[in-house]
Amino acid sequence: MSAGLSSTWVYLSTSPLLWLTVTLLAYAAADWISIKAHRNPLASPVVIAVALVILLLEATGTDYETYFKGAQFVNFLLGPATVALGVPLWRNLRTVRSVLVPLGCALVAGGITAMVSAVGIAWLFGSPPEILATVAPKSVTTPIAMAIAETLGGIPSLAAILVLVTGIFGSIIVTPLMNLLRVSDPAARGFAAGLAAHGFGTARAFQVNEIAGTFAGIGMGLNGAFTAIVLSLLSAFFG
Amino acid sequence: MLQAITVLFLCQLAGEALVRFLRLPFPGPVLGMLLLAAILTVRGRAGPELETTTSVILRNLVLLYIPVSVGIIRQGANLSRYGLALGTAILVSTVLTLAVTALVFQFVARRRNPIPDPQISDPQISDRGAARSRGPNREATP
Repeated sequence: MSAGLSSTWVYLSTSPLLWLTVTLLAYAAADWISIKAHRNPLASPVVIAVALVILLLEATGTDYETYFKGAQFVNFLLGPATVALGVPLWRNLRTVRSVLVPLGCALVAGGITAMVSAVGIAWLFGSPPEILATVAPKSVTTPIAMAIAETLGGIPSLAAILVLVTGIFGSIIVTPLMNLLRVSDPAARGFAAGLAAHGFGTARAFQVNEIAGTFAGIGMGLNGAFTAIVLSLLSAFFG
Repeated sequence: MLQAITVLFLCQLAGEALVRFLRLPFPGPVLGMLLLAAILTVRGRAGPELETTTSVILRNLVLLYIPVSVGIIRQGANLSRYGLALGTAILVSTVLTLAVTALVFQFVARRRNPIPDPQISDPQISDRGAARSRGPNREATP
């Protein structure tokens, strides 16, 4: 019996099916917890799901390579899912033709501020190039940020965490900060939230009002494309 | 469903092939995203299949971050070494980015259209008016 159990475990623990299933179950559990917490940004489903998987890996003494052999099937879909972001990008672009000038100015100013300030501060602390390449896309939505980090020689998994922290922090401070700065235009507030804090900022903006939410979605989409283009140009010239 | 997925894979494939062919330091899937947006702009419509499939994928986008994010277990050395630098960079940069973006947007918009908008004249944008949970996972998509 116990020999049967242990040989079953030996089979399962190295089988891609087990870790693929674990990933899906961890996501389902994390999503359920997040709903129970009323989608509070601090109860982020990614954080909960990743923590659950890590706990299980530690408890069973499984290494990351073994886990990834199963999880790679989910990971593979990240590429097509990034392409899918083109649909909301196209839909949002159609709705904003009237405010194209303020939008373009804010995109260039904000997008460059996000990259330059993050990289500049990390550089002042003496961080090496691979860390700078990892923090550069921190304001951009996770799939794009991971892809940028990888292209520039950064660390995709660390980039994912930095993006997450940016999103949580940004979505918490955006409303008090905008009130402090006396920015009252919901389009400006929303656009800033999406540009600086991607999906978390967008979700926050939708809680405040519909206009802010729509502009946040636009800010998120445009800054993803803008950051990827600027960073790849920079790395082509200096890389 | 299958047709829409094929479109997404084709766009990604074109993006990956293009960046390699042109030797661009640019992520293939992001170029695929721009290609899809460009195709839709030319066509003028997405169609129900692509709309439904992409919305299902995007609502569950968080699932797709898990495998790479679990890789953080191997980043202990980097986190303890550069944690302070990265933490400071994120906090300061996020405040600066929010402020610069919103101020530039509002400044340019007001210069171009000085007539006060009814929305602009109301500084107290309600935080509580909108429903907190707006469908599955909107909040959870960084």
